[in-house]
Amino acid sequence: MLKTNTAPVLFQKMKTNMVKDKFFATLNALLLPIIGILLFVALWAAVAKNIDTSLGEFPGPMAVWEQSSVLIDEHNAQQEKAEAFYARQEERNAKRVADDPSYAAKVRPFTGAPTFFDQIWTSLYTVSIGFLMASLIAVPLGILCGLSKGTYVAINPLIQLFKPVSPLAWLPLVTMVVSAVYVSDDPMFSKSFVTSAFTVALCCLWPTLINTAVGVSSIDKDLINVSKVLRLNAFNHVLKIVLPSSIPAIFTGLRLSLGIGWMVLIAAEMLAQNPGLGKFVWDEFQNGSSESLARIMVAVLTIGIIGFALDRLMLMLQRKVSWDKSATLR
Amino acid sequence: MKNNPKASSQEALEESRLQRHLELSQVGIDFPTPKGPFTALQDVNLKIAKGEFVSLIGHSGCGKSTVLNIVAGLHQASSGGVILDNQEVNAPGPERAVVFQNHSLLPWLSVYKNVELAVKQTRQGRNKAEIKEWVQHNLDLVHMTHAADKLPSEISGGMKQRVGIARALSMEPKVLLMDEPFGALDALTRAHLQDSVMEIHASLGNTVIMITHDVDEAVLLSDRIVMMTNGPAATIGEILEVDFERPRNRLEMADNLKYNQYRHAVLTFLYEKQKKIETVGAAKSDLSKGKMSKKKSSAA
Repeated sequence: MLKTNTAPVLFQKMKTNMVKDKFFATLNALLLPIIGILLFVALWAAVAKNIDTSLGEFPGPMAVWEQSSVLIDEHNAQQEKAEAFYARQEERNAKRVADDPSYAAKVRPFTGAPTFFDQIWTSLYTVSIGFLMASLIAVPLGILCGLSKGTYVAINPLIQLFKPVSPLAWLPLVTMVVSAVYVSDDPMFSKSFVTSAFTVALCCLWPTLINTAVGVSSIDKDLINVSKVLRLNAFNHVLKIVLPSSIPAIFTGLRLSLGIGWMVLIAAEMLAQNPGLGKFVWDEFQNGSSESLARIMVAVLTIGIIGFALDRLMLMLQRKVSWDKSATLR
Repeated sequence: MKNNPKASSQEALEESRLQRHLELSQVGIDFPTPKGPFTALQDVNLKIAKGEFVSLIGHSGCGKSTVLNIVAGLHQASSGGVILDNQEVNAPGPERAVVFQNHSLLPWLSVYKNVELAVKQTRQGRNKAEIKEWVQHNLDLVHMTHAADKLPSEISGGMKQRVGIARALSMEPKVLLMDEPFGALDALTRAHLQDSVMEIHASLGNTVIMITHDVDEAVLLSDRIVMMTNGPAATIGEILEVDFERPRNRLEMADNLKYNQYRHAVLTFLYEKQKKIETVGAAKSDLSKGKMSKKKSSAA
């Protein structure tokens, strides 16, 4: 009798316990980060008030919040201006063509100053191209290094030599080389873009190269033997054995590279006055208005958020590409 | 042939051995070490008949795996050589398929795709439908069709080893090489797989060389048990003919007097004649040997 009565009760209790555990787990996962952020904001607000600079008080959270909406408004206003400009231009051209059918209409681009969001877009575009260029070189080269001990030994000193070089040391050289070599009447990309992208690429090469080489050289020996017994040719060996087993290592490298690339880009833009977020920060600094510091702080937070988003993006890509779904991805 | 009276079956085996299906002659291998070459194997001579099931048994580190790898073509003999059907073995190939100790399935491919890779690589003018059929047929042989779409990480150790065997069989090898195929499995799973291997061997009649540590397994499965002496310079110590009719039944054999005599013979060889004394020095040299072979493979 007792047994039949207690069993469902026990079960019920277990179930509520499970629900409770799950509830607290989600609560922790949500609540703890929020507490952390709130604490940071409070500390920031308290400290900011006590710092006086020549440009006024250090911006607190409220000032930054205000400036972020100002930046959005500025962007919208500029957008409207651009639209109005293009509308006027079209109208004018249409009229001229109507007056004189032989007239070839010219479309001139809008020349207003780039807004914060234009700069974000430029930075993102530049970092992706630089990162892509680096990856297209680093992954195949890394595979080669991993497969052939000779290649690795030959290239390793160069990797070790150039890996610790700061991008800013490269920058003047890249700028001069680009100016000298990239000469065309109707350039597809602006020189400043090419310079930034190359600088980013130079710094993105190494982590991907090294991680790929390590990943490839540490493939399970038995799998290599399987490939030998099956007599896979070199191409199939790389495609069917080497690439899948080194995907996690390659992605570790890619994520490190992209993180470095994003940091490097901002610095390069600041130093070289190439369009982008770095230039925005520098311009605001030079501008020296009472809102400048708050606007720079907006940029700082934006850079952080974008960097985080880029890393998550790579992680999602890795989850999609990698066969090992059980591996913990950080 | 298997069910013939035993005398004639022995004669037939003897005769086909003379026909030189697979022959190891004077096989030896040296590994370079800083102190000079280390001779792992020396003067290994063995003739194996078509369809014969041969086990290699010996203490760990005696070079059983090295023998198997030389036959597979994964290692190159320093002296002597291996001839399979009048052709010298000097590179790995699907006609000498290997079942590895830890299954070595590609973890990113499903069971089906793992076997399919081998079938596609060794296809002899098969079209798509025939490839599919052949993969299914081989999975069927090891009773694994039900898990065709599973990843290796989703099936048990015994199942993985079955798939490994299916993959090897699908290459239609002349010789099937098994490197301690059941070493990592529990006793019950191992018994199941041994039965499967006997079944497959009976129906396909492949030549099989299997490395094992398990005396019962050797006696149950083999036509001959090749016992190896301890290294360095290991070689074949004794060869025991296991003269049992097939199909063999493990339960009946457990009470068989002859079965126990065979077991006894192998055990005597291993624990009296080739008694292995583990010393720190020996363990060290084992270690350095392992390193050497690793270095060698990475350089290759």
